Amino acid sequence: MSELLRFSGVSRHFGGVQALSEVSLSISRGELYGLIGPNGAGKTTLFNVLTGLIPPSSGEILFDGQPVHGLPPHRILERGIARTFQNIRLFPGLTALENVMIGRHARTHAGLLGAILRNRRTRNEEAAIRARAAQLLEHVGIARHAQALAGNLSYGDQRRLEIARALASDPRLLALDEPAAGMNPAERDSLARLIRQLRDEFQLTVLIIEHDVRLMMALCDRMAVLDFGEKITEDVPDRVRVHPRVIRAYLGGGEA
Amino acid sequence: MDILVQQLINGLVLGSVYALIALGYTMVYGILELINFAHGEITMIGAMIAVATIGALSGGALPIPVILFTGLVAAMAGCMALGYVIERIAYRPLRHAPRLAPLITAIGVSIVLQNIAMLIWGRQYIAFPPVLPQGWHTLLGARITDLQVAILVTALVLMLVLDLLVHRTRLGRAMRATAQSIPLAGLMGINGNRIISITFLIGSALAAISGFMVSAYYGLAHYYMGFLLGLKAFSAAVLGGIGNIRGAMLGGLLLGIIESLGAGYIGTLTHGVIGSNYQDVFAFFVLITVLILRPSGLLGAPATDRA
Repeated sequence: MSELLRFSGVSRHFGGVQALSEVSLSISRGELYGLIGPNGAGKTTLFNVLTGLIPPSSGEILFDGQPVHGLPPHRILERGIARTFQNIRLFPGLTALENVMIGRHARTHAGLLGAILRNRRTRNEEAAIRARAAQLLEHVGIARHAQALAGNLSYGDQRRLEIARALASDPRLLALDEPAAGMNPAERDSLARLIRQLRDEFQLTVLIIEHDVRLMMALCDRMAVLDFGEKITEDVPDRVRVHPRVIRAYLGGGEA
Repeated sequence: MDILVQQLINGLVLGSVYALIALGYTMVYGILELINFAHGEITMIGAMIAVATIGALSGGALPIPVILFTGLVAAMAGCMALGYVIERIAYRPLRHAPRLAPLITAIGVSIVLQNIAMLIWGRQYIAFPPVLPQGWHTLLGARITDLQVAILVTALVLMLVLDLLVHRTRLGRAMRATAQSIPLAGLMGINGNRIISITFLIGSALAAISGFMVSAYYGLAHYYMGFLLGLKAFSAAVLGGIGNIRGAMLGGLLLGIIESLGAGYIGTLTHGVIGSNYQDVFAFFVLITVLILRPSGLLGAPATDRA
C-alpha cells in the first residue's frame, strides 16, 4: 500500500501550550486509521491543522506527495480532504439534501450568469448535484429525511448527514472527528459498519478520532496514540492495547 | 366599489416597487445583519441616472423603446457599480467591527450619496421626459394605465426570478449557506466575500429598476427622494420579517395596499379632518405597530429563507 498522508514533525502551540509537538505519522491508501488519546491530547488540533483551520507552527504535511500545510481550508478541501466536526456544524436552517448539495460546492462551477441564464449546462450541473446528494443520503441511510431541516434531525442522523456532506466533495481522505459521540451501542455498531462500507465503496482512506477505544480497536487497521501533544505510538490495535505508555496515559483518565 | 378597486390597483403597483427595494434591504441584512441605510439612496441614484440618460437621448433619432431601455441599463450599471464599491470601501473594512459601526457608516454613506446627487443634478425636481405610453384600460370599473401594467408585471417577474435564483440554484444555495454562517460556508469552498459582493450587485440592480419605475410613475426624480422611499421599503422589509426574502415581497405589496387604501379612505373616515396627504404616515404606523406586536415580522425570519 502506498502512502497517502504524511505528517513530519508537525508542531502547534497556543501561547505557551504545546498542543502538538513534533508529531509524525504516515497513513496508507485505503487504511482505516484511528487517532486516540485522553482529553486534551491534541487530537482535534491535529484535525484542525490538517484541514487548514489553523496553520501548524512548524513541520510539514504531505498529501499524496504534495505539501498542504498552510493552505486555506477550501483549497485543502479541493485537494481531497474532507472532514466532519466534533461539535456538529451543519447549516441547521437548510434541508438535509441542501446541506449535502452545498458540500458539493467545491466540485461545481455555476455562478451568477448561470443562475440568471439557466442554460443547459447549468441545469444539467444542478440536476447532477441533486442526484448525487440524494444518492449520498441514501448511502448513509437518511434518505427519508432529505427534505427535513438539518437542525430538526436527531443527533445520530445529524452525524450521518455530516458524513454525507463530507463525501459530497469527492474526498480521498475522510477525517471523522468523534463520529460516534452521543450514540448508543447499537447506533455505534451500525456506524462502524457504515464507515467500513463507505471506505470500500468510495475507495476512501479514513482518519478517525474517537473516545470509544473498544470501537476503535475493532474498527481500525492501525492507530496512533496522542498524549499531551506527543505521539506515544503508532501500531496495529493489538499491539497498541498492550503498549505500556498507552496504559499509563489512560490510567486515571477514566477511559477504556 | 370602483374606488376600492382603484386603490387596490394603485396599491399593488406601488407595493410591487416597495417590494423590489425591500428585497435589497432584506438580502443584505440576511447575510451581514446590516441595515444598509444607503439602499434608498442607491434607488434615488438609479432614478437620476435613468431620467438624465433618457432626457439626454429623447428628441434624438432613437426610437422610444431603445431610449427607455438604454436609460434602464445605464441606471442598473451605475447602481451595481455603486453598490459594489460601497460594500468594498465602506462595509468590508468594518466586517468584524461592532455592529453599530457599519450601521452608522451606512447612514453616512446615504448622506454622502444625497450630496453627490445634489451636486451633479441640482436641488430642483427633474421631470421624467414625456416619452412614456399614455394608454389605459378599464378593469372592474377602475382605470389601470399601461405604465402601471408594465411596472406590476416587471416587478412580479423579477420577484419570481429572484425567488427561483435563491431557492433553486447553486448560487442561491451558497447565498443561503453564507447567511447561516460565513465561516462554515467558507469551509465548504464558498467564498463569503464573493457572495456578499454578488448580493450587493443584485440588490443594487433591483434598486436601479425600482428607481426607474418610481420616477416614471410619478414623472419626477429628486436628490432627496431616496430617503422616504428607503424608509418605506425598510418598513416593508420589517413588516414581512427582515432577512426573509418572501417576507420582503409580501411586506412590500401589503404596505403599498395599506398606504393606498388608507389614503383613499382616511378623508371619508375622519370627515375630512385628515386628508390623503397623510398617505406617508401609514408606512410608519405599520412599522411601529409591527415592531410592537410582532418584531420578527409576518413571516418571522425562519433561517431557511434568510439570504
